[in-house]
Amino acid sequence: MGRIKARITGSVKSFVEEHRPRTKVKRSAEDIFAGIESPRDEEGNEIMIQVRNLSKIFGRHPEEALALLEEGKTKEEVQNMTSNNVGLYDVSFDVRKGEIFVLMGLSGSGKSTLERCMNRLIEPTSGQVLIDGLDFTSLNEEDLRIARREKMSMVFQNFGLLPHRDVKNNVAYGLEMQGVPESKRLEKAAATIELVGLAGYENSMPSDLSGGMKQRVGLARALATNPDILFMDEAFSALDPLIRNDMQDELIKIQSELDKTVIFVTHDLNEALKLGDRIALMKDGRIVQVGTAEDILQDPADEYVGRFVREVDRTKILTASLFMRKPKSVLYVTQGPRTALRIMDDYDRNDMLVIDRRNHLVGMVESDDILKAVQSGDKDLSKIVMDIPSVGPDTPMSEVIQIMVTTDFPIPVIDGDGVLLGMVSPSVAAETLNIGGGE
Amino acid sequence: MASPIGSFAEELVDFIDYYFGWLLTLFSDILDQILDLVGSALTYLDPIVFIPILMIVSLLITKRLVMSLMIGAAFYTIYWMGYWNSAMATLNMVLVATLVAVVLAVPLGIWAADSEKANPVIKALMDFMQTMPAFVYLIPAVIFFGLGEVPGVVATVIFAMPPVVRLTNLGIRQVPPEMNEVADAFGSTGWQKLTKVQMPIAMPSIMAGINQCIMLSLSMVVIAAMIGGEGLGGDIVEALSEIDVAVGFEAGLAVVLIAMTLDRLTQSFKESRT
Repeated sequence: MGRIKARITGSVKSFVEEHRPRTKVKRSAEDIFAGIESPRDEEGNEIMIQVRNLSKIFGRHPEEALALLEEGKTKEEVQNMTSNNVGLYDVSFDVRKGEIFVLMGLSGSGKSTLERCMNRLIEPTSGQVLIDGLDFTSLNEEDLRIARREKMSMVFQNFGLLPHRDVKNNVAYGLEMQGVPESKRLEKAAATIELVGLAGYENSMPSDLSGGMKQRVGLARALATNPDILFMDEAFSALDPLIRNDMQDELIKIQSELDKTVIFVTHDLNEALKLGDRIALMKDGRIVQVGTAEDILQDPADEYVGRFVREVDRTKILTASLFMRKPKSVLYVTQGPRTALRIMDDYDRNDMLVIDRRNHLVGMVESDDILKAVQSGDKDLSKIVMDIPSVGPDTPMSEVIQIMVTTDFPIPVIDGDGVLLGMVSPSVAAETLNIGGGE
Repeated sequence: MASPIGSFAEELVDFIDYYFGWLLTLFSDILDQILDLVGSALTYLDPIVFIPILMIVSLLITKRLVMSLMIGAAFYTIYWMGYWNSAMATLNMVLVATLVAVVLAVPLGIWAADSEKANPVIKALMDFMQTMPAFVYLIPAVIFFGLGEVPGVVATVIFAMPPVVRLTNLGIRQVPPEMNEVADAFGSTGWQKLTKVQMPIAMPSIMAGINQCIMLSLSMVVIAAMIGGEGLGGDIVEALSEIDVAVGFEAGLAVVLIAMTLDRLTQSFKESRT
């Protein structure tokens, strides 16, 4: 009797053990990426994304088209021979951690398809995408969702704002998907809105915003979840040129602060040259060349790239406006010398540009001269300001560099009315133009 | 003599009645309860109290003073002509029929939008339901549910449902592809995508469908009066049999006034949501 009883209680116990409700631990991206080391390239850079032999065929019989492509048929031939459309064929490249990687090409070159295959908005036909060393293409649906929520986000060409939500709830959308409680996600959203310069518009509806502001919201939404990777699909193409320029500067600024890995799709060569740490040029679903802006301008891989680049006069592309940065701080000519010293000390500089109240450039002061001014009891900086050479935004960099050689200071960039736009510092120019010898 | 198609329909109706009669009875009882509940809510208040409350509610919904005054005047006219109880009975049937239709039609529309296989089948079914002359529904309705309000409501639901299905389907299909990509790119589940992105964006279209549904319900409840539904439809059917122009016109006018009121209210709800 005892044995039977023991057996019954035993099986009841195991049944209960098996079926009792468990406190389900929420799976996070950390679980998915656990134990996987991020790979590095030969130069020791951390690699964020590896794309391996990625192909995408649109149509009913992709294997057929892939076989023909392997025989060396072109995209056009395959499309004529089968009913399939070749989106991508055999694309491979690495994206380093923290770089802005630009996918650039004409419409139909497959750049948007490639980007969407990388976050699987479009399922690739064959090949792999590895993110932080993990095979992203093999993730099941749940893990894919988790990875998308926590690891990456996207900015869209036509902004993709939800029309029924105000700015803060649009920005909070990704956090909402992560299950962040409302008060906390709105708090985070407000901070991100401030980061993109839209503080005060939290309660506006998207329809009340201008194009540039809408895309700031789009950018804020993508940044709010603090992802490692930002996919940007023609993000600034719908904006007019002036605002586009602002947004490009904003992206560079934010990127340098937050150190995201950005995949940026564009058809605009100037935008690619300005933003891209490295650029991949695409044609007919393949990558023709990957390299820095300078690599591509100086050494186009083939006739196609060459034609692309030649259409834009090099001296015209490489103008001061491309290399100028906003100065971290400036002095006003009406400020007293003691204030000026404090500011220069705060920014750890020995020289600084001086402007008047209407942002016109007056010149530059050096700390030694200010010390003298303090001793002689001057009330403002007007006596000690030096004239320095300045350039316009369209001045070719070759000229800027010639001027730079004759002076130790950054070169201010001013417009026709003398308003200070920015400055080109020797280090920036040297780095970007690869004239390392001057450093 | 009917052809095989007709006999098939007849046999189908018999089959359903014989084997699923218990289910139909259950359904009929539930509908009866709902009708009772809404009906007593509508007749609970005296018209003199009901009309001002209606005016305040419509002012809150439309935010237009003139509109709510006219709605008040419309209902007062119905009361003054002596059709208050009939009007409330009609309103009861319209509201319950619309409620049931929306509860059935919205999920059906979502399914049609989601599935390329279901879509043509649902579409064909909706064509059938909408174009089959409304009187035809009265026959099986009487067999299944007997005479009274319930078969009237059932026939009304079938007749008034298609626009909601169609416009829900259309509304979700017309959500810009970029919006669906937004939902996916931020890792939404299917349910989150539906409730937080697709449905809100499709809402104006769905509301237009509900507006259509109410209008069709109103026209159908008059026809449903032929199988014993009460209300303004009953008054009209009676006026028809007695060739009474005065009663016919007054009851007809009451239907028009209710129709315009419900139309304006649902229209403005649609506008305020966009």
